[in-house]
Amino acid sequence: MLALLLRDLRLATRAGGGFGLSLAFFLIVTVLVPFGVGPEGGTLARIAPGILWVGALLSCLLSLDRIFALDREDGSLDLLATAPIPLDGVVAVKSLAHWLTTGLPLTLAAPVLGVLLNLPQSGFLWLTLSLLLGTPALSVIGTFGAALTVGLKRGGLLLSLLVLPLYIPTLIFGAEAAKRGAEGLATGTPLLMLAGITAGTVAILPFAAAAAIRVNLR
Amino acid sequence: MMLSVHDLAVARGGITILDGVSLTLGAGEALVLRGPNGIGKTTLLRTIAGLQPDIAGRIDLPPEGAAYSGHADGLKATLTVRENLTFWARIYGQSDIAPALSAMNLETLADRDAQNLSAGQKRRLGLARLLVTGRRLWLLDEPTVSLDTASVGLFAESVRAHLAAGGAALMATHIDLGLDEATIFDLAPFRAKPPRPGQGGDFDGAFA
Repeated sequence: MLALLLRDLRLATRAGGGFGLSLAFFLIVTVLVPFGVGPEGGTLARIAPGILWVGALLSCLLSLDRIFALDREDGSLDLLATAPIPLDGVVAVKSLAHWLTTGLPLTLAAPVLGVLLNLPQSGFLWLTLSLLLGTPALSVIGTFGAALTVGLKRGGLLLSLLVLPLYIPTLIFGAEAAKRGAEGLATGTPLLMLAGITAGTVAILPFAAAAAIRVNLR
Repeated sequence: MMLSVHDLAVARGGITILDGVSLTLGAGEALVLRGPNGIGKTTLLRTIAGLQPDIAGRIDLPPEGAAYSGHADGLKATLTVRENLTFWARIYGQSDIAPALSAMNLETLADRDAQNLSAGQKRRLGLARLLVTGRRLWLLDEPTVSLDTASVGLFAESVRAHLAAGGAALMATHIDLGLDEATIFDLAPFRAKPPRPGQGGDFDGAFA
């Protein structure tokens, strides 16, 4: 298990591994928004939490199809499925590796990019906290989507169509928590809901994803 | 007994292609599957490896007994030979990769990225993976593709050593490995009858 995690992390940071790609995408999306809506500070501050959440979500989406497609192409997935580690474990480790290389960097970058969007001082902590709680769910749901589309040629677009609707609850509660935090309101309820969604997806979806892979390997 | 298969039927794309296959394989034995393209050698191996469900019959295999090697080698292009092999060794709970490297003559390539290997060298690395699994039964699908004569000899040598150590191998190959221990198993008599038109429309078939 640990060997698989280390391999995935190493692959992500080697040439062509795609580490930093989502981060750069996140940066560009955030920089583009002030060009689109104008530089007026009040407007930006109001929409900043939502924009940062949508940006993080889209950046996360960008790297999802790599989770299983590459392993499928070079035959590793067949070999992992016949290896002595359970496929549910493989899926869980791969989601964790995806979160470590995508979700965690996005969370750490978000406060820095918040400055570009004139995010109010009080919002930084809550934005980071909500992303920290919410991005694991994005990775796990995305891994499930990747497992569903693993056998398909050009499955990337279908993957986005499948996964984006599933991201809605995470987005609603995550952005709500960040927004309320920025406005100085109580954030307990949306954060709890967000944590609940993450805990639920982490508990259930690896098993569903492993079952989907087994069907797709036939 | 390493592997015994009773009356097995396997399907590809929802169509039964082999029916009534029975074979047994004991320690120290090798079985070479023969048959024309499309007869179902790969499908049979994948079914025995547990990658797809069987249609009928029974497969008796000790749990965690088999190592499968398919058409693709499962190598990561940006990892070195040593990293690739160490990864698979650790997945199978082994740690020593030196014997496998030397058996497949990969020592001089150990620190090269897998993307810079030739097709035959990649194949050799893929076969070295079998040596680090520590499994007693090898399921090999076309193991000698893109190997030169010398490498085929190396491979035959490691199969022989594996059999001598009490292992077993079930392989699909078209070339003669020069293995005296190996028995030929022709799949042609087990070809499933094609379903009659208008029949055989089972539920899965509708989606095939």
